[in-house]
Amino acid sequence: MTFSRRSLLKGGAGLAALAGLSSEALLDYAKAWAQTAQWKPEAGATINLLRWKRFVQGEEDAFVKIVAAFEKANNVKINVTNESFDDIQPKASVAANTGVGPDIVWPLHVTPHLFPDKLVDMTDVAEYLGKKYGGWVPVAELYGKAKGGAMNGKWICVPVAINGGYMNYRIKAMNDAGFSKFPDKTDGLLELCKALKAKGTPAGFALGHASGDANAWLHWLLWSHGAFLVDKDDKVIINSPETAKALEYCKALYETFIPGTPSWNDSNNNKAFLSGELYLTANGISIYAAAKASGDAKQLAIAEDMDHAFFPLGPSGKPAELQLAFPLMVFKYSKAPQACKAFTAFMLEANQFNPWLEGAAGYLTHCLNAYDANPVWTADPKRAPFREAAKRTLPISGLGSVGEKAATAVADFVVVDMFANYCTGREDLKGAIAQAERQAKRIYR
Amino acid sequence: MTTPASPKSGGTGHTASTWERLQSDRNWLGFWFMVPAAFFLLFFLAYPLGKGVWMSLTDIKIGRPGQFVGLENYEELILYDKTFLYATGFTLVYTAIASAIKFALGLYLAILLNNNMPFKSFIRSIVLIPFIVPTVLSAIAFWWIFDSQFSIISWFLRKINLIDHNINFLGDPLMAQATVIFCNIWRGVPFIAITLLAGLQTVSPSLYEAATLDGASRWQIFKNITYPLLTPIIAVVMTFSVLFTFTDFQLIWAMTRGGPVNATHLMATYSYQKGILGGQLGEGSAIATAMVPFLLAAIMVSFYGLQQRKWQQGAKE
Repeated sequence: MTFSRRSLLKGGAGLAALAGLSSEALLDYAKAWAQTAQWKPEAGATINLLRWKRFVQGEEDAFVKIVAAFEKANNVKINVTNESFDDIQPKASVAANTGVGPDIVWPLHVTPHLFPDKLVDMTDVAEYLGKKYGGWVPVAELYGKAKGGAMNGKWICVPVAINGGYMNYRIKAMNDAGFSKFPDKTDGLLELCKALKAKGTPAGFALGHASGDANAWLHWLLWSHGAFLVDKDDKVIINSPETAKALEYCKALYETFIPGTPSWNDSNNNKAFLSGELYLTANGISIYAAAKASGDAKQLAIAEDMDHAFFPLGPSGKPAELQLAFPLMVFKYSKAPQACKAFTAFMLEANQFNPWLEGAAGYLTHCLNAYDANPVWTADPKRAPFREAAKRTLPISGLGSVGEKAATAVADFVVVDMFANYCTGREDLKGAIAQAERQAKRIYR
Repeated sequence: MTTPASPKSGGTGHTASTWERLQSDRNWLGFWFMVPAAFFLLFFLAYPLGKGVWMSLTDIKIGRPGQFVGLENYEELILYDKTFLYATGFTLVYTAIASAIKFALGLYLAILLNNNMPFKSFIRSIVLIPFIVPTVLSAIAFWWIFDSQFSIISWFLRKINLIDHNINFLGDPLMAQATVIFCNIWRGVPFIAITLLAGLQTVSPSLYEAATLDGASRWQIFKNITYPLLTPIIAVVMTFSVLFTFTDFQLIWAMTRGGPVNATHLMATYSYQKGILGGQLGEGSAIATAMVPFLLAAIMVSFYGLQQRKWQQGAKE
């Protein structure tokens, strides 16, 4: 997802951000907000902020506006650094260890849980926002609150947004295959894929080391069958009949795929879909957004003929998706913790957050319920599934604790390799599970 | 090599202080000259290597200190980690096949280029191109050439009706392995060819003349003159080639990231995946350290080989 989004969307979906506020109006609001806010920024403070590099220009533009307004209204300087998101966790870890580095870090999912004791207690900010904006979605609390240790039960970060991925399909191909609407059960999905293959308009899902796409859809496949890598006590439970069923299902699905999926990284399905060779895949909104922004007649036709759908429900009967979370955290060593808190709260206030969400054009989903009403979700009905991303996702750890081990298992492709090993025939059912179990036990020892 | 001791001039009663002697003594002078080089070697080579080995004995993670765990990482890798065993096996196969073919092609090309022909220097410089292009760029080009959907090779063969569906170059484990080996060969041949060409040009033409007068065939000339005289260069160039191939990273990472199903992981890419992406620095270092014995063996072969007269002078004693 990462590579393709950034490269395909440069300058693409910034249009929505234009609908946001003008800088002057934003500044007036920021000044008024600063008068009443419960956090009083340290005068003349400088905040260093490290964030992930944007997927889409419109989001960054909106973010820059928020930063500028906050700086002026509060006499605070904010230096923003952008890094690709693989690099943020190592840098944050080193900062936590040495006590020197950025004041605010905006990393991925579990990073705050690697060093909860080094982080500022954000409970007041999270509760303020939760009360004002209709409460947090459940997964936000899982990512936000520390479990165990000195900070137990306190918010150590504020989950700003979730990056959603869903089924991307071509409407006509689906209709021709005999489906009037996208199947909402895994059985239906298999039937659809079989029919698509028979019609020569195949589906394809990444089975390679695609850190975004492959992890997302294969974790959904595992979880939707009621199988998990670990239980709530982090005990490894991958060796189960449910896992075997998930593997069998995946193999049947794999038989219908376009050739080459075991070699796919995050950008292959985007390319194949946009070139009209692939008719169903799992991806973020980037394929659609890129097609719409391209201005090319052929791609616009693809955008017109495509839509998104939830990941179907499996035998477990519950939504079980894996979406990426982006929480924001403040280090204790910061000399301006109040300014950092004020900035976090300011950013998530409706006046700022709404234009920001619009700028993100569906790439990012809010974690505060009130933002369901944001026009970004209704302006284009094809974006609608992405609105639910934060509500339908499990944390990256599945049932287990949100922490480093869960992140390692995902980064190490334990689940992806298990499926790929079985689907490609490199391992038999038992061998594929045993290998994943071994790896997981090693990580969770 | 000692400096004559400065005559003690009883008159002034001055004796050189230890510091002064350290400054002027010839033996110590040699030491001082060595200090910068030693510093670089120790600080930038020995220290990181030692640190890597030490890290492989701990459970260190990125950004956090680790506990000493002894050989546990190695035990885990060797006894249980199938991917590590595959990666090691494939690294050896990759190195062996690629190096052998690179050597054969390189030598052949060098001999061709050693002939007199029009535009000699131009052709020689063209040959170097694969070596000059940054590896990542050529790897990305290959990635497109062998893409499962957009491969130009598949496209062409389909156009001329030789095949009816795309060739699954990078999606099938065996095909993917063959493909990355091919790309490594493409990239590595020029280095060997040009180095061997330099070696060929040091062979004195009079030897060839003498051999021709004696009625030697071309094969005899190659076997008895060219090849023996080229051995020292071959030893050096093949050592380098084996080292480069064994530690290859960019090509694999840009093309397959070790996939499909970890079939093209080399030890270097697997180490990166475990250590940096997975955050398990300890295990990553263990994989990297496990490369050292193989590399050492390759170096030893050429090191001891080069000490032999036969290799040095290209003739039997």
